[in-house]
Amino acid sequence: MSTGAGGMALAMAAAVRSGERSARSVVEEHLAVIAGREDEIHAFNLVAGDAALERADLLDRSIGAGDDPGPLAGVPVALKDNMCVRGVPTTCSSRILEGWRPPYDATVVEHLSAAGAVVIGKTNMDEFAMGSSTENSAFGITRNPLDATRVPGGSSGGSAAAVAAGFAPLALGSDTGGSIRQPAALCGVVGVKPTYGAVSRYGLVAFASSLDQIGPFATSVADAALLLEVIAGHDPLDSTSIPAAAPDLLGVLGRGVEGLRIGIIEELSGSGPRSLEGIAPDVQARLAEAAAALEAAGATVEQTSVPFTVYGLSAYYVIAPAEASSNLARYDGVRYGLRVEAGNAVDMNTATRTAGFGDEVKRRIMLGTYALSAGYYDAYYGKSQKVRTLIIEDFLRAYESYDLLLSPTAPTTAFPIGAKTADPMLMYLNDVCTIPSNLAGHPSMSVPFGVGDDGMPVGVQVLAPANSEPTMFRAAAVLEAAAGGGAS
Amino acid sequence: MEGWETVIGLEVHAELATATKLFSGARNEFGGDPNTHIDPVSLGLPGSLPVLNEKAVELAIRVGLALNCRVQPSEFARKNYFYPDMPKGFQISQYDQPINGEGWLELPDGRRIGIERAHLEEDTGKSTHVGGGGRIHEANYSLVDYNRAGVPLIEIVGMPDLRCAEDARAYVAELRAILVAIGASDGKMEEGSMRVDCNVSVRPVGVEELGTRCEVKNINSLRSLGRAIEYEARRQVDLLTSGRRIEQQTRHWNEEDGRTHKLRSKEEAFDYRYFPEPDLVPVVPSQEWIDEIRSAMPMLPRERRSRLAGAAGVQTGAAALTVERGLDDLAVDSIGRGADAARVLVHIENNLADGHGALTADSFAALVAMETGRDLTATQAKTVLADLVESGGDPAAIAATHGFEAMDTSLIEELVDDLIARHPDDWAAFVDGDEKERKKKSGFFVGQIMKSTRGQADGRVVNQILDRRAGGPARQD
Repeated sequence: MSTGAGGMALAMAAAVRSGERSARSVVEEHLAVIAGREDEIHAFNLVAGDAALERADLLDRSIGAGDDPGPLAGVPVALKDNMCVRGVPTTCSSRILEGWRPPYDATVVEHLSAAGAVVIGKTNMDEFAMGSSTENSAFGITRNPLDATRVPGGSSGGSAAAVAAGFAPLALGSDTGGSIRQPAALCGVVGVKPTYGAVSRYGLVAFASSLDQIGPFATSVADAALLLEVIAGHDPLDSTSIPAAAPDLLGVLGRGVEGLRIGIIEELSGSGPRSLEGIAPDVQARLAEAAAALEAAGATVEQTSVPFTVYGLSAYYVIAPAEASSNLARYDGVRYGLRVEAGNAVDMNTATRTAGFGDEVKRRIMLGTYALSAGYYDAYYGKSQKVRTLIIEDFLRAYESYDLLLSPTAPTTAFPIGAKTADPMLMYLNDVCTIPSNLAGHPSMSVPFGVGDDGMPVGVQVLAPANSEPTMFRAAAVLEAAAGGGAS
Repeated sequence: MEGWETVIGLEVHAELATATKLFSGARNEFGGDPNTHIDPVSLGLPGSLPVLNEKAVELAIRVGLALNCRVQPSEFARKNYFYPDMPKGFQISQYDQPINGEGWLELPDGRRIGIERAHLEEDTGKSTHVGGGGRIHEANYSLVDYNRAGVPLIEIVGMPDLRCAEDARAYVAELRAILVAIGASDGKMEEGSMRVDCNVSVRPVGVEELGTRCEVKNINSLRSLGRAIEYEARRQVDLLTSGRRIEQQTRHWNEEDGRTHKLRSKEEAFDYRYFPEPDLVPVVPSQEWIDEIRSAMPMLPRERRSRLAGAAGVQTGAAALTVERGLDDLAVDSIGRGADAARVLVHIENNLADGHGALTADSFAALVAMETGRDLTATQAKTVLADLVESGGDPAAIAATHGFEAMDTSLIEELVDDLIARHPDDWAAFVDGDEKERKKKSGFFVGQIMKSTRGQADGRVVNQILDRRAGGPARQD
């Protein structure tokens, strides 16, 4: 390992692989932490304790026989409950998937198994990943482990909370508009949205197919790199998968940012005439300190304009619901999940969907259906796709001058439970900084960088061009070191 | 219908003859127990993703090339609507960027019918609504079989270039022949692997502007295609001549009552909310691949008909049945070995309806030579041919085992004279009858001789003897 920053998962796997400690002891230790605090936090929809212990014993036996289970040997990983594990309920925190057990593993789950990881549970989320606070779950809210009166962010709030609470050193989430990075920022952990197509979506229950991407949560940049290396790579089962091997990240973590050119996105910075409003002053202050830290490490940092990013939120709230309205059409009560009986198949379909979906999901299905309707398509979906193209062009122009871009991850620190549930627009604004990367398909990640006035963590977002995760992780490691994080 | 012109445009769906489905590895095979040819993708399970079947693309390109279409870069789109047999709540189809752009199909008589496009899409499953007349809203319960869900289809959209039911049938028959010839589809309308939707409108002769059209669905055979078009055109003309207007509708052909019935009007049409399928990438076939597919294309029915017509010295129409039965290679090769073309085509028409089996061009040519050389009668030749189809072999040897040899003409003359003596009334009718009557009676006499010789007499010889005995051919009134 060439990085100075330690990694909790890295150390755990090393100890298990060397026989220094057993996989069982690692799993038992985490199950004990879960037992102590899960009732309060509710990070999980399902804790797979017995299966995890069984798996740990299997790993221990294979290590005893001289085998090497792989880079995640014995490391517990929490999975967002929209990723399929054969035979294990997968709910997307929705009643409509009640009772459904997938007959197959998601590709990321196969990668985890091949690397020796132990799936410890399925984490709570906003229903079908629609939300920014994990308050839209059909199975109850998840609380922020750093302050249980606050939200953990969302939609991968359960995964972020699980890592922040020490329930698992690693977790996977999915990020459609910020659903990994924003909860990572609010819970004070590292969260990565890889380049679109870097990680297979096979077995990820779709929300908005052109935006969804699976990525890691970890307590350190090095651990996030380790997990991303394991899950990335080409998958013939996903036609949008990039035909390339997973990038080497751990090997480049220690290379620093000397000579890199980094631009702060003025529109998302909270300061300057072009900036959107609503970026909290304490968040602005941490961003400035992060920029200074990168400069101190030898990078050139300056403010730059990426003008169309301000329209990202509007375009996203047409494109994502449009795709969702289609992706969620399969939940009709015919083949799996909830069925509410009625007089005939058509009425059964309506009754099932009425009972099975929550309000936010219904809202987005209606938004998306409307946006795709005859006579409105050009004005909404068509226009939004044009904005998306302009945002991509905008980023490409910026990356002619900069290796990386920088912004806050979220406009504020974690907010109190219930503070934004009454106003969907207020909730949507949480993702204003994270959405542009999804629209562009580019990688970005959130790194904890200090705390706000309320003592809650602030996340700084590092953005990179497509397939430039190695450069992105180098900057993240520098920020982590400057923030004094990544301790092992 | 005097003074009216019918305008017809057809949309033909054909299942492509791939081993697996369009977007997954589940089997593409007709029949099977319900819900056995399925996998996560065919069922639209959460998290499953489509992966395009390259063979289906290749077959679609073959169709495009055979229909003289522009083969072009294409994209898939989602066509959204709810139905229990559509597992994802949308059908993956091609919308504004089909794989095959404009082309044309040539009818056997040489007329060209325009093709608007021929695109790829997936089939749905099959619903059975039990009770309530088979309609989903009134049914007691509904059953769904997903074996067909995801089977690759090519939808061939024809221009409104057809003007009568007969032409529409010829178009579908030719299209079917092309699809079968290039191995793209088995073209079985009765198994639903080829389905026809039909757009019909009418207009007064001489008027350029198209009338309001109706789309007719549920056509399951060439016969019902013709009937449905004729009924629908009549219905529209009746409406217009009684001063009413045509409403744009989708209509359902009912085979039992021979009528079309309204399914829905234009206002009730589904809004499919098409948008680009985000789980698939654009299909951009390279020119090299297209050229490779083109160079491997078999001869098309049109080319095969004219090849056979040239070899047999007949009109292409006469060669059509032989090509349809896929026996044109056999015919051309047999004729090339010196066999009489007319006898070859007659045998193919009458005696080879189920294919040629073990029959080779060599043995076929040898058999026809024996027949034209009068070593075998037509009846004997038919018997030998059946053996050749069954198990092959040498026609002369087979004829010998049957004890076939040409009968002496004088022996036949004796038999004929004897027969005449025993049936004087029939004979009188033969001698005095007009052409029709004589033909009838000659049938009787030839039949009797054949019966008594167990087919060994040559029917042509018997007729010659009858004519001679009667003092010449039938009188001409």
